[in-house]
Amino acid sequence: MSTISAPFRPQSSVRQTPTAGENYVNAAYGTRSWLLTTDHKRIALLYLVSVSSMFIIGGLAATLIRLNLLTPNGAFMTADTYNKTFTAHGIIMVFYFLVPVIPSVLGNFLLPLMIGARDLAFPRLNLASWYIYMVGAAMILWVIFSGGIDTGWTFYTPFSSKASHTDVIPAMIAIAIAGFSSIFTGLNFIVTVHYLRAPGMTWFRLPLFVWSLYATSLILLLATPVLTVALFLVAVERIFGIGIFDPALGGDPVLFQHLFWFYSHPAVYIMVLPAMGIVSEVITCFARKNIFGYPFVVAASLGIAVVGFLVWAHHMFVAGQSVYAALVFSLLSYCVAIPSAIKVFNWTATLYRGSISFRTPMLYILGFIGLFTLGGLTGLFLAALGLNVHVHDTYFIIAHFHFIMVGGTVMAYMGGLHYWWPKITGKLYPESWGRISALLIFFGFLLTFLPQFVLGYLGMPRRYFAYPPEFQVLNVLSTAGASILAVGYALPLTYLIWSLRYGPDAGPNPWEATGLEWQTPSPPPTHNFAEIPVVDCGPYEYSGEEVPDHGH
Amino acid sequence: MATDHAPATWHHFDDLEHQQQTTLFGMWAFLATEVLIFGGMFTAYTVYRMQYSAAFEAASRHLNLWIGGINTLVLLTSSLTMVLAVHAARHGQRRATTTQLLLTAALGSVFLALKAVEYYLDYRDNLVPLYAFDPAEWSALNVRPQHVELFLIFYYCLTGLHAVHLIIGIAVVLVLAVFAHRDYFTKEFHSPVEAWGLYWHFIDVVWVFLLPLLYLIGSRAIVG
Amino acid sequence: MNSETSTTTYFVIYFALVALTLATCGLSFVPHFEWHTSVGLAIASAKVVLIALFFMHLISSTRLTWLALLSGLLWLSILIGLTLADYATRAVLSF
Repeated sequence: MSTISAPFRPQSSVRQTPTAGENYVNAAYGTRSWLLTTDHKRIALLYLVSVSSMFIIGGLAATLIRLNLLTPNGAFMTADTYNKTFTAHGIIMVFYFLVPVIPSVLGNFLLPLMIGARDLAFPRLNLASWYIYMVGAAMILWVIFSGGIDTGWTFYTPFSSKASHTDVIPAMIAIAIAGFSSIFTGLNFIVTVHYLRAPGMTWFRLPLFVWSLYATSLILLLATPVLTVALFLVAVERIFGIGIFDPALGGDPVLFQHLFWFYSHPAVYIMVLPAMGIVSEVITCFARKNIFGYPFVVAASLGIAVVGFLVWAHHMFVAGQSVYAALVFSLLSYCVAIPSAIKVFNWTATLYRGSISFRTPMLYILGFIGLFTLGGLTGLFLAALGLNVHVHDTYFIIAHFHFIMVGGTVMAYMGGLHYWWPKITGKLYPESWGRISALLIFFGFLLTFLPQFVLGYLGMPRRYFAYPPEFQVLNVLSTAGASILAVGYALPLTYLIWSLRYGPDAGPNPWEATGLEWQTPSPPPTHNFAEIPVVDCGPYEYSGEEVPDHGH
Repeated sequence: MATDHAPATWHHFDDLEHQQQTTLFGMWAFLATEVLIFGGMFTAYTVYRMQYSAAFEAASRHLNLWIGGINTLVLLTSSLTMVLAVHAARHGQRRATTTQLLLTAALGSVFLALKAVEYYLDYRDNLVPLYAFDPAEWSALNVRPQHVELFLIFYYCLTGLHAVHLIIGIAVVLVLAVFAHRDYFTKEFHSPVEAWGLYWHFIDVVWVFLLPLLYLIGSRAIVG
Repeated sequence: MNSETSTTTYFVIYFALVALTLATCGLSFVPHFEWHTSVGLAIASAKVVLIALFFMHLISSTRLTWLALLSGLLWLSILIGLTLADYATRAVLSF
């Protein structure tokens, strides 16, 4: 007998055994059952659709940017349009894709399963988070398509508070709304991990993805409110014509930057920590080995979260802060690289003498490790005050953060999406297409962004719609790479959807992975587990045998 | 025994006690974020107060300490009634819970009313930057009028943000009072009252800090 | 929740808070002295501690709750402290 998920009312405590074949997808039909669901798995899919849509729109903006930069005088955009395009790209990608994607899609789906719970702590708040996100997304899209904003995603004063003639206030409201969505998600995760672990699931038996989501949630909770305040104060200045960042009053525009980056630097760790969590999950499965140094990876995750809060003014070395402050932040920025490096060492040691299989998820994850390391090393260059003055606001910076965000986060997300696709949908994707796409993305990425390091070092400024002619070759290479990347992203979009109908059934554990999420059918039933499991071992008890080959 | 009105435990909790502990911790986690929202503004305020202490002091002296002080007492009293409401809810006392919640909402509304009066008086006393402001008045006191305007912006932003939180609090408390009146809460299930009680006390805590930071910077003693 | 706090305690704390409020307002009418601000903030902190411990039942709450509250305060001090690292040292040496 199937149990229809009653919206907004708690389930009966009497657990009904699901009939064969009943899962969270077919448990109830109809739009209402999806739009009013409180099931974390359905909410994850709602997010998947929205976040993917935003990625496509942000990607279109990137396409326009790269096309415009094919010629030195700007191929087809005015300076003003270009400003609006890169602003749109930045805002959408940062606030509406990178921050929510792994936590709200994979995190929402997997966190309760991984800890042996039936749902998140606050299921209705989870649904509310999605609606709040949708309101923010709708608003920002309206702003972008009804005239756009030209301040850059960083909204620096006094341009944003005084001079810009675009819809700055609605944009900031939209971003603040999206911020609340992420705060509630983070809150839900933290409370869930504290209070809903299955019996025997001690803190040091938690999968590393859960630890990474926990660390991410700490940042979501403690950093996002400050962004809200920063944007609020700019809005006040715009609305009332007078404000605290106005030099005429004795105000300091750099104070906005302090408040803005207090959030926006930890924000990049919001983007990368969950990605690192995925890496730990995939690498242990496809090397058939326990993670090397589990406590150190945990400590490193928490360390990144904490130290990540202490480095924000390295975005402001040339803004006019005091030299002493710059020194302090430079030193702290070197320190924050240490826990990230520890993780890379631990992953490498995990690979050592493992039984490695190069499935699609593993390809993405190996790509992550390489690209993240490269990007992280260039971060060390940037922490040096002298070098930073030279390359600040150039393409060097752009290359650096795209290595982390795209080469890092997006690759890990793709790896995780493929790894858990069988669990989420019950279907297997076509493996050869998966591998082809992973390679296309990897090499397309390198061709897009490696030239940008050179461009930046040679002095090409960022956010310029035109450039000196001597930079054209590198720009054309970069655009060529971007087109390969675009194909690389389009392929999974196609074959993943194709697999929903035509893919072979996956079964509960196609990778023979450890972890509680694999101990339940694919797709999981609405209540996740017929009986709450009792945990008596660590998360990565692999025996070293090969991952089974399903011959596809 | 849970009544017909009280919801059953959600399916993912072991029991009501588990659910209640989780709810309260959730509210504490939310209050931590609120510390940082107000904290962001406190940071900006601190930066400018350090630099322009003379102007901030002079401006602070012009704020209406009578209303500020009385409002502080009003809000403290509302905190008392709120905790009494929680106490009553813990003991399953329907009428006491309802009464105390209504008192809390009423006192919160008194605060807002006094605040509105205070804002009007501020306007009348030329304490609104750009809109009702007399720079000469401040130059005569040997402080830069622009820095005074900076202080006043903080005054309105901080008290305004506080007022918004209070409005939300009053609305929620009224809803809770309705539920309490309908016998929705029991000794075993009353976590909404506890959780929103925490929120209410937090609003009080913010005001307790706003009082010295805004109203009591300088001395009002008349130095002979 | 098992709290032993009685109604009497609540009233006692309340009157303590009122007294502290009157004290802090009264302080404002004392001629300015060097520790004026610090005393004012200390009184405010004392009030907040009382509200937190007794009205918010922190005194009978879990260690986790304490951790949540202290984390918020710690992070606020990071925000203020490191921001002041810039503003407090600008006059000392700048380009």
